Amino acid sequence: MKLDARIPSGPLDKKWEKCLLEMKLVNPANKRKFEVIVVGTGLAGASAAASMAELGYGVKSFCFQESPRRAHSIAAQGGINAAKNYQNDGDSVDRLFYDTIKGGDFRAREANVYRLAQTSVKIIDQCVAQGVPFAREYGGLLANRSFGGAQVSRTFYARGQTGQQLLMGAYQALERQIGLGNVTMYPRTEMLDLVLVDGHAKGIVVRNLVTGEVSSHSADAVILATGGYGNVFYLSTNAVRCNVTAIWRAYKRGALMANPCYTQIHPTCIPVSGDHQSKLTLMSESLRNDGRIWVPKQPGDKRPSAQIPENERDYFLERKYPTYGNLAPRDISSRAAKEACDDGRGVGPGGLGVYLDFSDAIKRLGESKIRERYDNLFVMYERITGENAYKVPMRIYPAVHYTMGGLWVDYHLMSNIPGLFVLGEANFSDHGANRLGASALMQGLADGYFVAPYTVGNYFASNSVSRPATNHPEFTKVQEEVKQRTQKLLSIRGKRTPASFHRELGKLMWNNCGMARTDASLQLNLEKIPELREEFWKNVTVTGENNSLNQSLEEAGRVADFLEFGELTSRDALERKESCGCHFRTEFQTPEGEAQRDDANFAYVAAWEYRGENQAPVLHKEPLVYDELKMSQRSYK
Amino acid sequence: MNLTLKIWRQKDRQTRGEFVTCQARDIIPDMSFLEMLDVVNEDLMKAGHEAFAFDSDCREGICGTCSLVINGIPHGGQKGTTACQLHMRHFHDGQTITVEPWRAQAFPVLRDLVVDRSAFDRIIASGGFVSVNTGGAPDGNAIPISKVDADRAMDAAACIGCGACVAACKNASAMLFVAAKISHLGLLPQGQTERYQRVVKMVDTMDHEGFGACSVTGACEAVCPKQISLDFIGQLNRDYLRGSLKP
Repeated sequence: MKLDARIPSGPLDKKWEKCLLEMKLVNPANKRKFEVIVVGTGLAGASAAASMAELGYGVKSFCFQESPRRAHSIAAQGGINAAKNYQNDGDSVDRLFYDTIKGGDFRAREANVYRLAQTSVKIIDQCVAQGVPFAREYGGLLANRSFGGAQVSRTFYARGQTGQQLLMGAYQALERQIGLGNVTMYPRTEMLDLVLVDGHAKGIVVRNLVTGEVSSHSADAVILATGGYGNVFYLSTNAVRCNVTAIWRAYKRGALMANPCYTQIHPTCIPVSGDHQSKLTLMSESLRNDGRIWVPKQPGDKRPSAQIPENERDYFLERKYPTYGNLAPRDISSRAAKEACDDGRGVGPGGLGVYLDFSDAIKRLGESKIRERYDNLFVMYERITGENAYKVPMRIYPAVHYTMGGLWVDYHLMSNIPGLFVLGEANFSDHGANRLGASALMQGLADGYFVAPYTVGNYFASNSVSRPATNHPEFTKVQEEVKQRTQKLLSIRGKRTPASFHRELGKLMWNNCGMARTDASLQLNLEKIPELREEFWKNVTVTGENNSLNQSLEEAGRVADFLEFGELTSRDALERKESCGCHFRTEFQTPEGEAQRDDANFAYVAAWEYRGENQAPVLHKEPLVYDELKMSQRSYK
Repeated sequence: MNLTLKIWRQKDRQTRGEFVTCQARDIIPDMSFLEMLDVVNEDLMKAGHEAFAFDSDCREGICGTCSLVINGIPHGGQKGTTACQLHMRHFHDGQTITVEPWRAQAFPVLRDLVVDRSAFDRIIASGGFVSVNTGGAPDGNAIPISKVDADRAMDAAACIGCGACVAACKNASAMLFVAAKISHLGLLPQGQTERYQRVVKMVDTMDHEGFGACSVTGACEAVCPKQISLDFIGQLNRDYLRGSLKP
């Protein structure tokens, strides 16, 4: 299989313009003849559905939540990047492009990232016009803060609820189109399979989560904007129902899965408190603007933080990375925290934590200023831990947060299956091996507002495969397979709950395919995960019935897919015999303990092809070519 | 700690529901209320019984999905806290806790503790937006907005649409929810063009969906996990009066 990323020729800064000019258009009167299915209603899905409907296409939008407003984009706290240079600090499209490529450790596509940086400025304008209440300066202009991996302030924010406010903007645009009758909304409806007709994606099979009814929907194209797969680790900062099912089923129908081993571990999360825990909570990276991260210099120092004098504290990020200090990128900060704890210098119960200390910032700026910037985060911290971070330092530890990998897409955000588009976190395209803070919101909205509406239109205009009826034999066949799978889950009636399998899988993933991976640990996963999967299909218990609201059935289906996906992720991590960004193979590190890339052998996108049950997947490689930037060893010192 | 739970069981929208009693054993004070319910549900499933259906997703107090009335109070009575952020350290060993779904005509129960809040979506669809299509927006700094107005708009926009306000209100009124959206958009220059049509349309939809009238008792504000101020209802009433008088 030859992977053609369809990157336009010509200079980097003119590629998108050229692409836009070359794309075919659909006549306004003909747009209503085309229908598109959009699965997922987060930033990428809601913005794409609304924008496509505004253009005049027929849109069907699906989400498994009860309302499109519940999508997990809502939980993003810190902000959204844009190369506006409002702060006059030397920012530009080129600089955002460079920071993103470098942050991604030279494992992203230049052309995609450049387009993202170019588009970023329009996103802010669009969101302001929708009424997103971004933070303002006293003069009335937009305020910015800085984020990890950048030396300029380019992050726009709405208190600690930026994701919520951006999602409300996209959700309101979507609801407007629903009210106008241009979008048909299917909430509490989960996509369980993709349907291909003549090699093109032409529809989906879904389950109504209230009635259990399985049905088919056809369209001229399918957009998946179903988010990331971080919950393969069980504990993550994702919402508890985030899952891999939609993109995994697409993979099993032939879409390539790219770079699944690139999973980001976020440095600032509230540490795990016990086995009962259902999820981990992120403390926004923006806290690192004012908080200083430290551990005691002496291993095993159990004194309360206030009794440890200044000269016995190790501000390890400031020490190791003086230029970026506490704002070093996420992968580097997380590993540094892990090292400190591995040295026995971790703080809090179990020694799995480091301090994030605001006392200097409070002395410098006053408590009221800190309160204004972060109060909701401090309140959340106190609610969960029972500690007041204005008085004692926060304790934080890394946790799984974001997944850079996802379905392979070309420059048009179309997968290798014609007519199947993948947006936002669900695709692999823009963040390489590590995403910079405040870039996920940027990518989701860029894909949905400003890329897919054009590229999907181009697909409509240049393809002749018509929309099939849902009684087409392919739909009947796939629908039958979905029903059988559901029946199978219900008929096992074993002894273990879906959650217990999920927890066990999560432990395997975290221990063997987490912040540091080795050949041996990954081999172990390739042995253990299939065993666990086998046990699942013999011994899982799913209570209740099919024809009603059944959360245990929903959960079992998602866990079953994670049990397959975790194996592919481990395999991908095993094959990539280098360290890059968030993928840290212990065998491949510099003498200082930084990730050691191997550009001669691994400067490619790993795209995996499904070959059938019990068959090894096939690896396809898309070489990464750097015309504009020189691949270099990242340095944040 | 060990607790006795009286939880609402209801098969579906049509079937009559009832309280059933069950035990929650070996609960750790650091668990959230929903993690406690997870434990109860897993125990039930292991014994071959059906779990209680309840809605939750982000479990960090922002998605607005969780919807439990705990001991008679939506979200359980900790100030500014959703049920998913309510921790068991606020309960004591041996306590009996009742758990119910939101109760309101406009929020029919789908199963056990899960309700249908799509009426809120329909209220937004009727006018809770600024009518701008993608593309063609002016520069973000083209319209300066005073920090005071932007902050105030943000106070209103913080609403997570959970519906606790409706569940707490004796009339099941959605005034606080609607007022939050009216105020968020009405306080910003971008929202002025449609300000008065918006309020009339949203209030009409609210009435049509079966939410009750507001008598300003403030029960909504008291339980709101985002502490949305009752003052916004004043703003809604002023805008509505002006909107309904406008030709």
